[in-house]
Amino acid sequence: MKKLLSGNEALALGAYHAGIAVATAYPGTPSTEIMEAVARFKDIYAEWSVNEKVAMEVAMGACYDGARTLVSMKQVGLNVAADPFLAAATTGVNGGLVLIAADDPGIHSSQGEQDTRHFAELAKVPVLEPNDSQSAYDLMAYAFKISEQFDTPVILRSTTRISHSKSMADVKENSIAQRRKAHFSRNVQKYVMLPVNARIRHPLMEERLVKLIDYAETFPLNKIEPGKRSLGVIANGIAYQYAREVFPSASFLKLGMTYPLSEKLIKKFASQVDRILVVEELDPFLEEHIRAMGIEVSGKEFIPRVGELNIDIIESAGRKMGIIDTPVREKITATDGLARRPPLLCPGCPHSGLFYVLAGIGQRLKLPGSKDKTPKESGLTITGDIGCYTLGTYPPLNAMDTCACMGASIGHAIGMEKAGSPDKIVAIIGDSTFLHSGITPLVNAVYDQSKITVVILDNSTTAMTGHQNHPGTGISVQGQQVGKVVLEDLIKGIGVKDLKVVDAFNVKDVRAAVKDSLERQELSVIIVRGDCAVRVPKRDIPRKIDTEKCNQCGICLLIGCPAIQAEGKQPVIDTTMCTGCTICQQVCPKQAIGPC
Amino acid sequence: MKQSSKLTKIDLLITGVGGQGNILASDIVSEVALASGYDVKKTDTLGMAQRGGSVISHVRIAEKVFSPLIKEGEVDILLAFEKLEGVRWASYLKPGGIAIVNNHALPPLSVNLGVDSYPDDKEVIQILKQRTDRIYFVEGTRRVIELGNVKTLNIFMLGCLSSFLPFKPETWQEVIARHLPAKVLQLNKTAFETGSKEIKNVHVG
Ligand SMILES: Cc1ncc(C[n+]2csc(CCOP(=O)(O)OP(=O)(O)O)c2C)c(N)n1
Ligand code: SF4
Repeated sequence: MKKLLSGNEALALGAYHAGIAVATAYPGTPSTEIMEAVARFKDIYAEWSVNEKVAMEVAMGACYDGARTLVSMKQVGLNVAADPFLAAATTGVNGGLVLIAADDPGIHSSQGEQDTRHFAELAKVPVLEPNDSQSAYDLMAYAFKISEQFDTPVILRSTTRISHSKSMADVKENSIAQRRKAHFSRNVQKYVMLPVNARIRHPLMEERLVKLIDYAETFPLNKIEPGKRSLGVIANGIAYQYAREVFPSASFLKLGMTYPLSEKLIKKFASQVDRILVVEELDPFLEEHIRAMGIEVSGKEFIPRVGELNIDIIESAGRKMGIIDTPVREKITATDGLARRPPLLCPGCPHSGLFYVLAGIGQRLKLPGSKDKTPKESGLTITGDIGCYTLGTYPPLNAMDTCACMGASIGHAIGMEKAGSPDKIVAIIGDSTFLHSGITPLVNAVYDQSKITVVILDNSTTAMTGHQNHPGTGISVQGQQVGKVVLEDLIKGIGVKDLKVVDAFNVKDVRAAVKDSLERQELSVIIVRGDCAVRVPKRDIPRKIDTEKCNQCGICLLIGCPAIQAEGKQPVIDTTMCTGCTICQQVCPKQAIGPC
Repeated sequence: MKQSSKLTKIDLLITGVGGQGNILASDIVSEVALASGYDVKKTDTLGMAQRGGSVISHVRIAEKVFSPLIKEGEVDILLAFEKLEGVRWASYLKPGGIAIVNNHALPPLSVNLGVDSYPDDKEVIQILKQRTDRIYFVEGTRRVIELGNVKTLNIFMLGCLSSFLPFKPETWQEVIARHLPAKVLQLNKTAFETGSKEIKNVHVG
């Protein structure tokens, strides 16, 4: 049956039809919707694991038990899961184990740009890469077969453009491969990686790779598409689609398996064309491996290794190479200087009040039209983390000073204190991120007696990636009531002595709690609790500004609430957007704001 | 206004602000095109979702489509749910393409804070005119507020768009019904029809 599917939906359906019994994941753009689609099938077990490392370990256990298992994450998730992933590559599998890692060329929504294929080389495991939803669906079936046939985890590498674009896919209806009965057979040499056993596994991994090269030679999704002799293009993933459009008459070698590479097939292709251009996103992975075969190719000297590709970029590479001469369309003027529209905290966001308070204490707020450009000595450093709250970095709040990777805020704060910073140091971390990788650094802070303040923004969801549940909500990805981790109990159990819980929408309480913590000479944790405005969109009737009382001081604009707009100098509240959170009402010095 | 019944290709760019319903709109057109026998690819670029940032959807309809992203300067129809988001992507229009722009401004925060300015209507038209004279300003937001639900803007805009595409009204209706809950369906149908009528009288160029 033909359907319009996103890459992520196609991957999920492909895995389901391949007979998976278990699926694990931690959310992360652009991979999140894979789990969301898989979890709709109620005859398999699916979970949001607490982080990617655990997702991988749960998946390993399931596959050791004979189940076909899918684990999905964004590219940086694999950094977190690298340790168990390399272990899985060493032990091999029992039931098929497929890891989907979704790269993000162009950094649409990540903390960096990295090419997952290097992990495959490190772990000596195969990589499959779809170029549309059809191939995403088809590759899934192969991925599980390869995993079981070669006793290896398989990486299926997607990218933002594959995961988040829809195209037609012809999918089977109701044909689910037979699931195997769960059964673990003890095999110490395979599953217990003592040095004696690991030494036996390593040569097996090398042999596996050699066998996989043979397999790649006849892999049906590595395909020569004959065209003119003058140009041969080797391409993978979405780059294939762009190149197809730019070089319509060229010969193509389309690669669905990009590691290990099919050497004979590539040599055959090379003999059929005069010149080869490799078109791939991010690193010159194919290019360097092909060059190592002694084949001359062009690639990254023309095609950028940074960012997402598109037709325009490949076309301009073709022009530089002198192989196409399509005219360049004239740019039009004046669109570059237009006001940008970055994402913002929503109206009624529970994070706004805390940031407003911190920005005030740290003297980071500047009134609209203020000429004062000198940075103030704030005496406060705010180490940050990843989530919606990272948006507090932008003006007018300016309330975040570091953000590196999930869970880093607490470690950063500890390091700054230990290095001797004269500032007060506050670490800001979301609830999902705290559970993901904030617990261990907090244990560290208890142990090394750090005197930092840790603020946990508990909005009861993983908002940034689209509002997924997590252990703190007690609801599973399949919608069931499951175990719930109570943050207060956890934090006290770690040994934190000063713990406060405040209502995110009560600015006075938030300010008092922060001030109290900053004055203490000990580790202090504040849980700022309030539901995400996307989940609870109306808290009260919308507010309005009484223009008689308002003196246009602009303080309400400093919350950065998108519902408060300026008509000239007069702030006005867009009542269709206002959630009635009342934060503006609480900060207005003239009591000019009240219910409509 | 209808084009010939078989089209060779339509590259459509739908732009707006997070929360205006662009993605649903682009899903609907794509499925209408698919149901009408075309190959379709679509992709949305939204960065960090749903927090009021720019949202852009590329929809490509043809006999056979390769890239889901449209080349700059090749867009046949630009459907903008907000004025600034219309001009921002003007360079994607092909010369002589069609721009359908909702005559409504949602100023970004930097404008409210007095850091940036919002382009006035003259600038908006002047920028679009560098690519095309076929500019249609529609009172989308105003009309759907009159109809009683601002959330139907995306379907109103699809109504405007439908006049330029060779797809059957039944197909539109059928796909819209598949995507919307029964209780708001009638309102959305009305929004669609209002849009398809509105577009007839609003040519600027
Ligand atoms: C290793 C890793 N995994 C996943 C992500 C994607 N991601 C970014 S922020 C985030 C969690 C956000 O949840 P929370 O901390 O509760 O903050 P909120 O967005 O709810 O404010 C996730 C999963 C990531 N950036 N890095
Ligand atoms: S999605 Fe929720 S947490 Fe994120 S900005 Fe909006 S209200 Fe805040």
